[in-house]
Amino acid sequence: MMRNAPEENIKNCFHCGAPSGEMPISHDGKVFCCNGCKAVYEILRGKQLYRYYDFGEHPGVTPSISTNAKFAFLDEPNVNKKLIDFSEDGIVVVSLRIPQMHCSSCIWLLENLHNLHKGIFYSRVDFLKKRLLIKFVENKISFRQVVELISSIGYEPELGLKESDSSHRTKVERSFYLKIGVAAFCFGNIMLFSLPEYLSSSTIDISSRTLFGYINLLLSFPVVFFSGMIFFISAINGLRSKAINIDVPIALGIAIVFLRSAVDVLLQTGPGYFDSLSGLVFFLLIGRLFQNKTYDNLNFERKYQAYFPLAVSVRRNGNDTTIPITLIRPGERMIIRNNEIVPADSVLMTGIANIDYSFVTGESKPSVKSVGDLIYAGGKHLGSVIQLEAIKEVSESEFIQLWNEFGAIDKIKSRLLTLSTTIGKYFTFGILLIALSTAFAWWLIDPGKILDSVTAILIIACPCALALAAPFVFGTTLRLFGKKGFYLKHSSVVEALSKTDMIVFDKTGTITHTERTSIRFNGNSLSKEQRIQVASLARSSTHPLSRSIYDCLQVRDISEVTNFEEVEAAGICARVGGAKVQLGSASFVGAKSPDNNIKQTSVYAAVDGNILGRFEFENVYRDRLEEVLGNLNTSHSISLLSGDDDGEREKLKEIFPNFSEMQFNQSPSDKLSYIKSLQSKNRNVIMIGDGLNDAGALWQSDVAIAVTEDVSSFSPACDGILNAYAFNDLDRFIRFASTAKLVVYWSFVISFIYNIIGLYFAMRGELSPILAAILMPLSSISVVIFSTFVTQYLAKRKGLL
Amino acid sequence: MSVIWILVGFSVFVAVSFLFLFIWAVRNGQYDDKYTPSVRILFDDEKKNITTNQTSGNNVKGSVDYGNANDQVR
Repeated sequence: MMRNAPEENIKNCFHCGAPSGEMPISHDGKVFCCNGCKAVYEILRGKQLYRYYDFGEHPGVTPSISTNAKFAFLDEPNVNKKLIDFSEDGIVVVSLRIPQMHCSSCIWLLENLHNLHKGIFYSRVDFLKKRLLIKFVENKISFRQVVELISSIGYEPELGLKESDSSHRTKVERSFYLKIGVAAFCFGNIMLFSLPEYLSSSTIDISSRTLFGYINLLLSFPVVFFSGMIFFISAINGLRSKAINIDVPIALGIAIVFLRSAVDVLLQTGPGYFDSLSGLVFFLLIGRLFQNKTYDNLNFERKYQAYFPLAVSVRRNGNDTTIPITLIRPGERMIIRNNEIVPADSVLMTGIANIDYSFVTGESKPSVKSVGDLIYAGGKHLGSVIQLEAIKEVSESEFIQLWNEFGAIDKIKSRLLTLSTTIGKYFTFGILLIALSTAFAWWLIDPGKILDSVTAILIIACPCALALAAPFVFGTTLRLFGKKGFYLKHSSVVEALSKTDMIVFDKTGTITHTERTSIRFNGNSLSKEQRIQVASLARSSTHPLSRSIYDCLQVRDISEVTNFEEVEAAGICARVGGAKVQLGSASFVGAKSPDNNIKQTSVYAAVDGNILGRFEFENVYRDRLEEVLGNLNTSHSISLLSGDDDGEREKLKEIFPNFSEMQFNQSPSDKLSYIKSLQSKNRNVIMIGDGLNDAGALWQSDVAIAVTEDVSSFSPACDGILNAYAFNDLDRFIRFASTAKLVVYWSFVISFIYNIIGLYFAMRGELSPILAAILMPLSSISVVIFSTFVTQYLAKRKGLL
Repeated sequence: MSVIWILVGFSVFVAVSFLFLFIWAVRNGQYDDKYTPSVRILFDDEKKNITTNQTSGNNVKGSVDYGNANDQVR
């Protein structure tokens, strides 16, 4: 089936769906927005992979423009052996992370790579993890060529050092499924063999009942010692750190049920509670599964390695070679090209560096460095080739130190489901108290019933339903948030969110759009020729401001640019079709300096000395910002920390609610100490930020949320990742966390009601196995149903569904 | 009543074989990716190309063989 309807697609690129602008490229009856997209189309058409376009409209990804040398480092054996999973007999297996894949067309194309090159004989996608597993024959195609091939069709892989935890996670996940499967198997079969007990006891003779008892005992072994082991481990870990978590009474319950039932069967005094036992473990495991939902494609503990390049070009004894960045030693001469990241703190030796620290500081304006200046690791160089001399190793570099310091400690452990832990503590003591007083009472009345009643109390009181409430409520909340673009690291973050009373915002990139600065042209309107002249000049520069100007002019007819000259920190000029065109600061083009009260960045444009006007750049705040802040202000105090100067203070004052604190010119450590000072005043702080300069503050805060335009790309260690488009719902998210906590309390009430009913029978020593087998699953199931549905219902009412 | 022994033995045998199938499936990685297969199954088998090569006798059966892809689709 072909979609041969160019008319309907006249506005949008056939490949990627982006608006094709004023000057679309027409080819083969299709419209393309750029040559990159057209090139991909050509490749796919030439190789009979046209069906790529059949699965959905505009499935494509615009390939990034890359130079030939970009992947040259992959030819270095000591670099690529770090990336390759397995290699034997000339067959290489490699797993690549491809963040761009987004639809079924992507899956189809990436799994049909063998049609593009014969050397690749196997490719398989794991969509949720955004991974592509490729097997290829080494002497037909090199690793570098494979990467270049994938990049050429728009799927440039993210090459970083191996994150070793992904295979570990797979292992843990698999063993968890096995545990659930085994528990389910035993649960089902034990119920089957317990059926005679549920029915009238006279129909089955004694010998088969004994047999069924033994079979049940046998089946319960894997339930306790394989599936249920995690509860014992967790309880012991809890006790070791002197905390009684919810798993302590659970483990106690499981142990008592098992022992009591085993004794019952062996002494033939009763059928035992095996059905309750296996059901209990099964439901608890399901709760764990639900609670431990993770977002495979997100990484909340990004190490710097994910962002840094793998290798860098160095000059040794006059020869250029590529070495992995881990081998950089002080004194190494590094060669950094346009758009490459400086991997280690170093001093500039030749050239003029134009360093974009946006990854580190969130500030998008590049800073200019000249020979002899210190350049910190993490900056991206824009411009012509420079040479640097490393003064520190990668791991010693300033920002990496900062990074590692905060990334190293796993905060989540210390506050894992605090609600359940508190409950668990009181619950355990309460149950022990009830058990003891019951024992005492029976000792007075009929000592023969002590053992029966005490074990029955410990069995029925096992807080299965209690333990399920929080996972299901918070787990459901986590999923609902995820659908809306707010991804939490763990369901316990919901609980942590509900306890906060203060929100600290970072400015750049958090409350402002990073990619959308508004550009206003202040001057006479430009003629078409002038627009072409300015756009052609702007296009020749890699400076972000020039790029923004070029994008904003929307011109595709580019004239030839000659005598291009770039004056650092001032502007650019060149001859475009005979006219001298200038772009830059007021003094650079010879304009009158503007009034001092204009704070925003502006770029002047001039042709042949005539000043056309200036482009004004302004931060664009997120759409619903004022409303979000207003809503949050009812429950939280709000403050703002900004690394920038206070140029926009007045404007921000209008947006932020009254009495919110604002601090400008804040360094990373200022931000950290600000959070600390808040916490010393017993505030529970949410920090919302983006770049590495917030890493300290994020780490210190009680809940750290990173805002990002692209969730699969880089973000610092945090508890939650907020997709920028979801920022408008931030108030709803934070408020809903408190609602979720209420639902947990209600679920607790339900579970307590069941417990009281059960305890009534248990204390009288009348808890029959069949009663336990009905009561215990019933309480679990009703808590699960209640918590899931009520959470969903409330979310719907609050506009989160 | 002794027939029940046979039935019990048989039912346990059937149940255990399914348990082992499950364990095999988990170990085999079938539970690692729970999304992509649902998309993959909807891809049609590759048909002959749209523009060239009209001979239909050469229609490759089941050529979307992801495990053992080859170049037979031309």
